[in-house]
Amino acid sequence: MDSTSSWLTLLSFGDQGWGDELVRGACLSLGISISAYLIGLVLGLVGAVAKLSGNRVAIATASAYTTIIRSIPDILIIFLVYYTATDAFRSLMSLSGFPAEFQLNGFVAAAFSLGIVQGGYSTEVLRGAIVAVARGQSEAASALGLTRRQTFFLIILPQMFPLALPGLGNLWLVVLKESSLVSLIGFTELVLVGKMAAGATRHYLLFYASIGAVFLIMSGISTALIHLVEEKTYRTWRHG
Amino acid sequence: MDDFGVYLLHQILAGLKTTISLFVACAVTGNILALPVGMARISERRWLRYPAIAFILGFRGTPLLVQLYIAYFGVGQILASVPSIRYSPLWPLFRGAYIYAYFTLSLNTAAYCGEIWRGAILGVPKGQSEAGRSLGLSRARIMLSIVLPQALRIALPSIGGQNILLLKGTALAAMITVFELMAAANLVRAQTFRVYEPLLAAAVAYFLLAVVITSGFGLVERRIASRY
Repeated sequence: MDSTSSWLTLLSFGDQGWGDELVRGACLSLGISISAYLIGLVLGLVGAVAKLSGNRVAIATASAYTTIIRSIPDILIIFLVYYTATDAFRSLMSLSGFPAEFQLNGFVAAAFSLGIVQGGYSTEVLRGAIVAVARGQSEAASALGLTRRQTFFLIILPQMFPLALPGLGNLWLVVLKESSLVSLIGFTELVLVGKMAAGATRHYLLFYASIGAVFLIMSGISTALIHLVEEKTYRTWRHG
Repeated sequence: MDDFGVYLLHQILAGLKTTISLFVACAVTGNILALPVGMARISERRWLRYPAIAFILGFRGTPLLVQLYIAYFGVGQILASVPSIRYSPLWPLFRGAYIYAYFTLSLNTAAYCGEIWRGAILGVPKGQSEAGRSLGLSRARIMLSIVLPQALRIALPSIGGQNILLLKGTALAAMITVFELMAAANLVRAQTFRVYEPLLAAAVAYFLLAVVITSGFGLVERRIASRY
């Protein structure tokens, strides 16, 4: 069929089609997702520890953080973080004598703003996992004379990992899809590439459906991998 | 208040109206559709189960933004090229972005909540429906009077969370030109070059809406918990 072959041409590699651009976009989407996921995990760990610290200021700060992230649209937070970070960076640069036209790297800005959103979700997941590690464990550790830091890093952290796994897997699937939002602050990942391709060729349904399919494949593979890791972890945990 | 403040408030309120109408419409449709989706998902009949699995997989495996793009730019373009729709009296409805946002967000909510319902129905202990069967109740009666009320109790907290996600999802409708809260903030931002005031005003409005929705669901949860 004529239209089918023209669709294949549009999705092919090389200068006739947009295949190579889409693949590059998918790789950037993955890169953004992984970076934001890691930033989110670090923020989440800090947030979870703050929530359980018993320090009133730390608890209030962490609670405000998660409440805001949970009730305000992610895209709004990404915009806010993006503009705040760029402004702060620029004034910092002009203070230190660099040219004021200095632009924040798009990848860094996108990963950072997405990571802050992820941090809010990670906080809840990790807090739940820390709480789920039996109390007796930390009591035993303090009875053995371990410091609080040793208790956390040597006793709690390794044991909370299998408990946090389902939640962490979910978080990955969420961030993978949320990475589409950084197209709106002008970072050229999969969705923005698709948007440009659709606009240039006027084949909107074809390109947006292809992007959807790529995301479907990526989340399908992720789900399978998460399943594998979970199985493996539980097996070693049971025998270990 | 100065001119800018009045202008900002005016736009935000205009956007808020659309956000609320879109949220309510999608929440009602999505939550009503969710139960049949969830029940089809666990049905023993393959012709019911497989489409439900595909539906849930499709909506949960792709970003909402891409779904909105597919609906508005993709399906919208196709609909515009069909003469019987293009020249029908309903065309003004399909020309705007609102209806595409409505369908996409409703179906998205139905898919996510359908999965929640599936888990909740499977979470009701088996003894409950067995007890119903030993009393000679029909399958429909068992479902309606025994399983579903208990499943509702299990599902409600997650459904509340999903509706907050729906509220957050309505902000993405701005990206397909629906003039709601987020779009209002973007408009003020583009016209006045002030970045923080409109975004923060919209953030406060979303926060208040989320508080209202959360406490609404909390109220329902408490009432249901006291009844069973």
